[in-house]
Amino acid sequence: MAKLNEKNEAQRVATDGQDLLVVQNLVKYFPVQGGLIASILHKGKIPAVKAVDGVTFTIKRGEVFGLAGESGSGKSTIGRLVLRLYEPTRGKVIFDGIDLLKLKPEDMRHIRSRMQLVFQDPLAALNPRMTIGQAIDNPAAIHLSHLNADERRQAVLDILHQVGMNPPEAYYNLYPHQISGGQRQRIVLARALVTHPELVVADEPIAMADVSVRSILLDLMLKMKQEFNLTYLFITHDLATAKYICDRIGVLYLGKMCEMGEVGEVYEYPLHPYTQALLAAVPVPDPKRRRTTKMPEGEIPNPINPPTGCHFHPRCPLAQAICSQKEPEIRELRPGHTVACHFAENFLPKE
Amino acid sequence: MTDDILYSIRNLTVDYKTRAGIVHAVDNVSLDIRRGEILGLVGESGCGKSTFGKALLRLHDGPASIPAGELWFDGRDLMKVPMKDMPEVRGAEIGMVFQDPMTSLNPVQSILEHLTETIQAHEPGTSDAAATARAEELIERLGIRHERLNEYPHQMSGGMRQRVMISLALALRAKLVIADEPTTSLDVIVEAKFLDLLKELQEEFGLTILLITHNIGVVAEVCDRVAVMYAAKMAEVGTAEEVFAAPKHPYTQGLLNSVPNIDMDEIELYKMGGEPPSLLHPPKGCRFHPRCPQAMEICGQQEPSFEEIANGHRTACWLYQAHEAAARAKEAANG
Repeated sequence: MAKLNEKNEAQRVATDGQDLLVVQNLVKYFPVQGGLIASILHKGKIPAVKAVDGVTFTIKRGEVFGLAGESGSGKSTIGRLVLRLYEPTRGKVIFDGIDLLKLKPEDMRHIRSRMQLVFQDPLAALNPRMTIGQAIDNPAAIHLSHLNADERRQAVLDILHQVGMNPPEAYYNLYPHQISGGQRQRIVLARALVTHPELVVADEPIAMADVSVRSILLDLMLKMKQEFNLTYLFITHDLATAKYICDRIGVLYLGKMCEMGEVGEVYEYPLHPYTQALLAAVPVPDPKRRRTTKMPEGEIPNPINPPTGCHFHPRCPLAQAICSQKEPEIRELRPGHTVACHFAENFLPKE
Repeated sequence: MTDDILYSIRNLTVDYKTRAGIVHAVDNVSLDIRRGEILGLVGESGCGKSTFGKALLRLHDGPASIPAGELWFDGRDLMKVPMKDMPEVRGAEIGMVFQDPMTSLNPVQSILEHLTETIQAHEPGTSDAAATARAEELIERLGIRHERLNEYPHQMSGGMRQRVMISLALALRAKLVIADEPTTSLDVIVEAKFLDLLKELQEEFGLTILLITHNIGVVAEVCDRVAVMYAAKMAEVGTAEEVFAAPKHPYTQGLLNSVPNIDMDEIELYKMGGEPPSLLHPPKGCRFHPRCPQAMEICGQQEPSFEEIANGHRTACWLYQAHEAAARAKEAANG
């Protein structure tokens, strides 16, 4: 362990000690077809899905950072790239000062105990042939190898207790199909937390849960954050949930970050037309406040051939000639609030 | 919206035979759907809302059966219609839109073929040219260019496929469309546009829509009235304005308060204890009582009836039947 830390120290990049995760210019292209024949057919230029196309953000220690966007925006891919479950095409992922993309597979395995993933579908994430105890013991056996079997069992029972599965002994030997959906999501959370990670990547963690169970799961996640000093990367398509749980948020469209900032700030003063449309589209549970805003035309385009210039321009009500020619730069127009739109100034609040 | 009732469902029960025993997925539920309204049917997974929707078309099969109930659609009881005549009702009078249009559309048929086949199956005299003309007009109305009629379902986006599903219902001028989670697989902007379309169709064609969903926001956005189901029973029915402003049933109250609202800076969400019960062994009395913060003694003993507590606003909760509860408690004590 000590040796590993030394090695990691050597690869440390100078960062502000506050930043737990720094993602720089992250790019992931998925080739549509691989192999020699495809390469000849396309004259060496194999078409690729540009799932993530130059995304930069930073998550401070103890923060809940949300990534929001529609399907195909690249939000889940970013979650997997951060944990290096996919190899990025380009870019940097720096976790606690360590450049993850330079780590050897073995060192990467060690560092994964400090970063865990919670998936959307708990039934798919849990092995139906493993008891709850085994499922949680599995990562513990890999990452907490200094504990003996009894100590590990105690660690599993402790974490079960903390996620509200009480009495933990009663659940230890049950199988996933014997418990309810909400309980399964607690188990997935417990399994992620048993190694005492610092960063949890939560990919739509409540989307599958029943409506009446969601608020409890959200609050459990916030409680666990306090208890374990966690930092969350919270991936969601639901902007109402993001508002409730996130401190800062990044809005993605077709693999690019279009707007980023504190949740309160972005929701109050959305500067990108896409963010504005997304916020307006969220159905509000109040029949007296029905939406009157018109929605943008069309649907999210094909990420193999994304539109030129600003990716959003074909659907944007404000698009001008420049939008199809030049990709907008990311600019900080208000403190901590960045946006990629040529005309974002139009939406700045009047002083 | 009028008080004219298009579909009156009386005491409907739908059973599933399982190895563990019979499950009443819908248990003695009554509901009126008024002509020209969008009625939202909300509930969580397993509450019976989808089973209810399918039973309105008698689309149950396999282990499901309807042991009791009357389905008075536009003046006749569909339960008395022979099963072989039901396909005439489905599509022509009641259309259905499911959550995943890809499983409802035929992948090897073009959109045009879907539409012309539907029209000609129900109106055998229609010429190809006339059917095509109708298909073109319809699809343009729904915001898809008619040149795209020759495309296949996989070439269309999710939002377009849902529009095609609606077009199939409109092609036959169905009076009622049952839409089961039609926007759940759609992105939020596409969802918003689809909901706009539903409202337009309601106004333009006088279409009646039963919108089945778990999303309370969607209901608030488009529905005139709301029905809330819990554990195979109807918990509350009323106008959207009333139910959202002053929900009566504690389940509805909890549900509304536990959903994050993007327009409000709520400090805390309501956290409902427990989870929906298994319908194999539902709790005795009111099915919500184990999770209910206001449960009284009677709630665990007897089931409350589904009563009107204000004009058109009904709920099944002992809180509003106090006089009756007292009488029954007295009766129980005496006898």
